[in-house]
Amino acid sequence: MSDYTLPLPELDGLHGEFFAHCKNHALHFQRCDDCQTFRHVPREMCPECGSWNWSWQPSSGRGKVFTWTVVARPMHPAFVDACPYAPVVVEMEEGVRLLSEVVDVAPADLEIDMAVEVQFDDVTSDVTLPKFKRA
Amino acid sequence: MSVTEDKQACIIGIGQTDLCRKPGSGMTQLGIQLKASTEAIADAGLRGRDIDGIMPFPNLGHAEAFAANLGCENLRYASIIHMGGAAPCASLQAAGAAVTTGMAKHVLIPAGWNGYSGARVKQTVSQDTASIPGGAIARDFYLPFGLTVPPQWYSLMARRHMHEYGTTAEQLGCIALAMRKHAQLNEAAVMHGKEMTMEDYLASPMLADPYRIFDCCIETDGAAAVVVTTVERARDLDKKPIRILGAAAGQPYPADEITNRKDIFQTGLTIAAPEAFATAGVTPSDADFAMIYDCFTFEVLQQIEEVGFCKRGEGGSFVEGGRIELGGDLPINTHGGLLSEAHLLGMGHIVEAVRQLRGTAGERQIADAELGVVTGWGDFGDGSIAILSN
Repeated sequence: MSDYTLPLPELDGLHGEFFAHCKNHALHFQRCDDCQTFRHVPREMCPECGSWNWSWQPSSGRGKVFTWTVVARPMHPAFVDACPYAPVVVEMEEGVRLLSEVVDVAPADLEIDMAVEVQFDDVTSDVTLPKFKRA
Repeated sequence: MSVTEDKQACIIGIGQTDLCRKPGSGMTQLGIQLKASTEAIADAGLRGRDIDGIMPFPNLGHAEAFAANLGCENLRYASIIHMGGAAPCASLQAAGAAVTTGMAKHVLIPAGWNGYSGARVKQTVSQDTASIPGGAIARDFYLPFGLTVPPQWYSLMARRHMHEYGTTAEQLGCIALAMRKHAQLNEAAVMHGKEMTMEDYLASPMLADPYRIFDCCIETDGAAAVVVTTVERARDLDKKPIRILGAAAGQPYPADEITNRKDIFQTGLTIAAPEAFATAGVTPSDADFAMIYDCFTFEVLQQIEEVGFCKRGEGGSFVEGGRIELGGDLPINTHGGLLSEAHLLGMGHIVEAVRQLRGTAGERQIADAELGVVTGWGDFGDGSIAILSN
């Protein structure tokens, strides 16, 4: 039994495929096979060109901080002990943005455009979350 | 849509309950909305059986239950617009279309809840992601990282605006202070009698930085409702019709995911506002006042920009110097809004606009008010707007 107490993603469908790559410590995003546009979150179709053809493609893992908030007061019971913490939006080199956290920078020290790179946190035996550290 | 004056939609009745936090309304969620509804129906000079259209607020009630209590024996039109706090103005648009085309004669739009004494937002939105569009996205990609409730979602945009345009905490404070100042002229407001200074604002604790507690709307019990009909029908009724000159709704893109928008400041209102002004045949500068959905301070600033009261990036300076207070160029939320009157899900904004246009706003009446703009904001940035005139 895991003693991890924070909410976990459900691992079905395309979301599950995304997290299955994370479990292998690889960050993959969908890329349209026709117009080559990366997308996140996972979608059935390419909203740019309408294509149904896509494949999971590896990300460089590199990105920069786009924006963040600092949760000072918990609004969800699971995160009471985590405050203050900062959900961070990272803009990846592929152009997609991903909500995550930067594990080695205190919320007060975050800066927009700060360079970060992915690392993986095996929070349970089933779930690995993509997180970031300062590059 | 071009319509004859006879068929133009108008608001003919308004109702609003008492507003409170402690000890709670003492009514059920349906009951408090029925209270506001019966007031609005009576204000219109109608009876329950006259209501043949009902548009409840999403997740807060079913038309069937309203009809069964109010005695609406001839319910013909019932629908719900799933746009969160953008639903009331979007419902004005749909109700207007319904009465104009004859789908219904008198449409009731209620909204209300026990937002303080009942289930709080941190218990509903935060723990039941299925209640919002994009719920599975929020569950799998936001919730594991602790992004759980609206002030956290929107503060991502607020920080970005501060970065790109130099918007300051004090400018957000100007919005909070204006709403609080207006609430001092509104005895029904929950924050009546509780004045606020900029020092108070800046000293209020952070909730979701850059949002302080005083950047956030208050959670309250209360309900409001309006009745929509045509100008032609209104001639047989006592109240002066408040005409819906234009109304529109829109969604950001993508609407179900808040982090991957090419233009992070584009909301549903960006699309809806030009359409509503074109239909109304007026421009933002024609407005005597605006009732802007003020879930949080920055959303007011953002909507001021997206409506077109000023350019993108100029919202910060726009709200300074009392411009949005009574006596200023564009008074906003003369009732105190969600920030200082009560959280009536945006319906309170419509009701206050009608009061201003009827000339019944009492101490806070804007002299000769003829044209008002009301907006709604919901979910991940859905937007709606109604342009009203007397």
